[in-house]
Amino acid sequence: MELNGAQIVIQSLKDEGVEYIFGYPGGAVLHLYDAIFQQDDVKHILVRHEQGATHAADGYARATGKPGVVLVTSGPGATNAVTGIATAYMDSIPMVIISGQVPSPVIGSDAFQEVDMVGITRPCVKHNFLVKDVTKLAETMKKAFYVATTGRPGPVVVDVPKDITDPSIKVPYKYPKKVTIRSYNPAVTGHKGQIKKAVDLLLTAQKPIIYSGGGVVLGEASKELIEFTHTLGFPITNTLMGLGAYPATDKQFVGMLGMHGTYEANMAMHESDVIIAIGARFDDRVTGKLDQFCPHAQIIHIDVDPASISKTVKVAIPIVGEVKPVLEQMLEMIRESKKKPSKKALENWWNQIEQWRSVKCLEYDRESRLIKPQYVIEQLYEVTKGDAYITSDVGQHQMWAAQYYPFDKPRRWINSGGLGTMGFGLPAAIGVKLAFPDSEVACVTGDASIQMCIQELSTALQYKTPIKIINLNNSYMGMVRQWQEFSYESRYSHSYMDTIPEFVKLAEAYGHVGMRIDKPEEVRPALEEAFAMKDRTVFLDILTDRTENVYPMIESGKGHHDMTLRVASGTSTDRELA
Amino acid sequence: MRHIISILIENESGALSRVAGLFSARGYNIESLTVAPTEDPSLSRMTLVTRGSDDIIEQITKQLNKLIDVVKLIDLADSVHIERELMMVKVKTNEQTREEIRGMADIFRGKIIDVTPTTYVVEMTGPSSKLDAFIAAIDGDSIIEVVRSGPTGISRGEKGLHL
Repeated sequence: MELNGAQIVIQSLKDEGVEYIFGYPGGAVLHLYDAIFQQDDVKHILVRHEQGATHAADGYARATGKPGVVLVTSGPGATNAVTGIATAYMDSIPMVIISGQVPSPVIGSDAFQEVDMVGITRPCVKHNFLVKDVTKLAETMKKAFYVATTGRPGPVVVDVPKDITDPSIKVPYKYPKKVTIRSYNPAVTGHKGQIKKAVDLLLTAQKPIIYSGGGVVLGEASKELIEFTHTLGFPITNTLMGLGAYPATDKQFVGMLGMHGTYEANMAMHESDVIIAIGARFDDRVTGKLDQFCPHAQIIHIDVDPASISKTVKVAIPIVGEVKPVLEQMLEMIRESKKKPSKKALENWWNQIEQWRSVKCLEYDRESRLIKPQYVIEQLYEVTKGDAYITSDVGQHQMWAAQYYPFDKPRRWINSGGLGTMGFGLPAAIGVKLAFPDSEVACVTGDASIQMCIQELSTALQYKTPIKIINLNNSYMGMVRQWQEFSYESRYSHSYMDTIPEFVKLAEAYGHVGMRIDKPEEVRPALEEAFAMKDRTVFLDILTDRTENVYPMIESGKGHHDMTLRVASGTSTDRELA
Repeated sequence: MRHIISILIENESGALSRVAGLFSARGYNIESLTVAPTEDPSLSRMTLVTRGSDDIIEQITKQLNKLIDVVKLIDLADSVHIERELMMVKVKTNEQTREEIRGMADIFRGKIIDVTPTTYVVEMTGPSSKLDAFIAAIDGDSIIEVVRSGPTGISRGEKGLHL
């Protein structure tokens, strides 16, 4: 089969089984768009801004586990995609981004819409390619998908100069079934000796805790994690990225850990003697102050990326490998071992944890006459029966969604954890809804975040992706305001906008349904009404208590045992728990 | 501590900037960096001198290994090795100093590879410390320019960095 470069790109996508590409046309990719026009297998989703394309592809990838694919033009198209690429990179999301480039002969001449995409994206991609030879194009596409989806996943950029896609130059096409890269051989199974050491340590632990992260979601190891946790009877905490990998409604789950984690999760981490970190990377929002992190614990760390191990926190037993096979190896050894975890020790440990739990760190003022954001999330959970895909933006609403919507399944909680990208939620929700048209998809957002990619409301209409936007509107950049209240004596420097749009009208202008809710008793009926509109995107503008804060909180520079808890409900004052 | 990291890397455009970019992005320092193709034209050999605590060096080697273009690397400081650097020094000369500089070059086993009525170019190889010593030994005011390759290294014995 002889194809031109543009056809090769599209045919490779077909051969990879790609369903959707998210993109925006421009000069350097016109040949590619012409090739897209002449086929129906790969569906193109036209976004309104390239950042939206990357987040939508990212949302699709997070929900399905399949790589998200993006197509953007050179120059501004490419640079607009960078935030989304970095977002995917920080959370290890498999994506392939095809960017147009000016024709090879003019590269480096400051041509119109020229930018060094390979150079710009180098620090925020797993790898990138500049295609210089059309005969290598198919192989490069295969390599891009291979690198993006194996080992620790991540985004891969393929920069394609316009002359490479020239329709008049045809070359033989054969998509390789397999590629090998001599310098790239990610570990799969773990080292047996290390696993043996880890199992021995686990079985002698007195105050153990399992700390698992996004790696379990990415590695499709939820089933193994549940079995592992049930077999050992240990408490388990998840990172923000790991939520849903272990069912949040299970009694062994002690909640999220870290800056806005639960009191019981953080105290259990602090007091533990053995920690097993599974597909988690000791992010600073998780560890708090490093020199106060888990002072009594010996740490086991399973990660597919050796560079994640002992990067910030030194661990006693590193295990490099994919989470799923390593957990299977561990389970087998635990079953075969004559030793069993000490019942007595675990009973004492659980009693201690129940005491911490009894603090009820997530309580809030349920009598308030203002709408409490936490209440909205709880109602959202009930109305969707806990089974929706929830995307979020970044800030207070993100933390409330993580705290008050217990996720029981992996890939249901879709948020920008590492980079913390405002504007992520809406386009991500579109990507998720395309992948799962029969599931409920809600975007939990805030009045500041939603405005960062609001133009994608238009995309949602064009492709009939009915999502529900839960806008927790407090007329503030809530998390910025909260930090200013705590650390800057309430000097609210530029954390509010005087001119927030009328979201109801805005939603209507984009062809959707808008609803404004300002009383607590209206929340439930409004959510029910919105979710009953199966084929409409509904924007719920919910006016919440403007000064509500996210609790509990480890303020920066403090350790896990030093959490700030809410005092009397409804106030912003706080106390330290001794 | 000072470490010499020897890297086999794909001989492709952009590979060098991936390494250099990694160091600047993660705040590691590079003391020197040399790179040239090997007997296998698809591979380049890079020698990178850096300083850091054991933890930092461990991260550096892990992060380097994570780069797709990096095929293999060793930290030469982990084993017995030989280290060499090439230096060329251009010095001003006159009737009185010609003999003295030639003598000094001899002592350091250097060679004079260019002669004009008013200058010499002295070529010298050796461990970096020897080159430093030569610079210190000659009159600083006579130096017109110094060019150094940065150290390269190789391990002793049968052990080696190859595919």
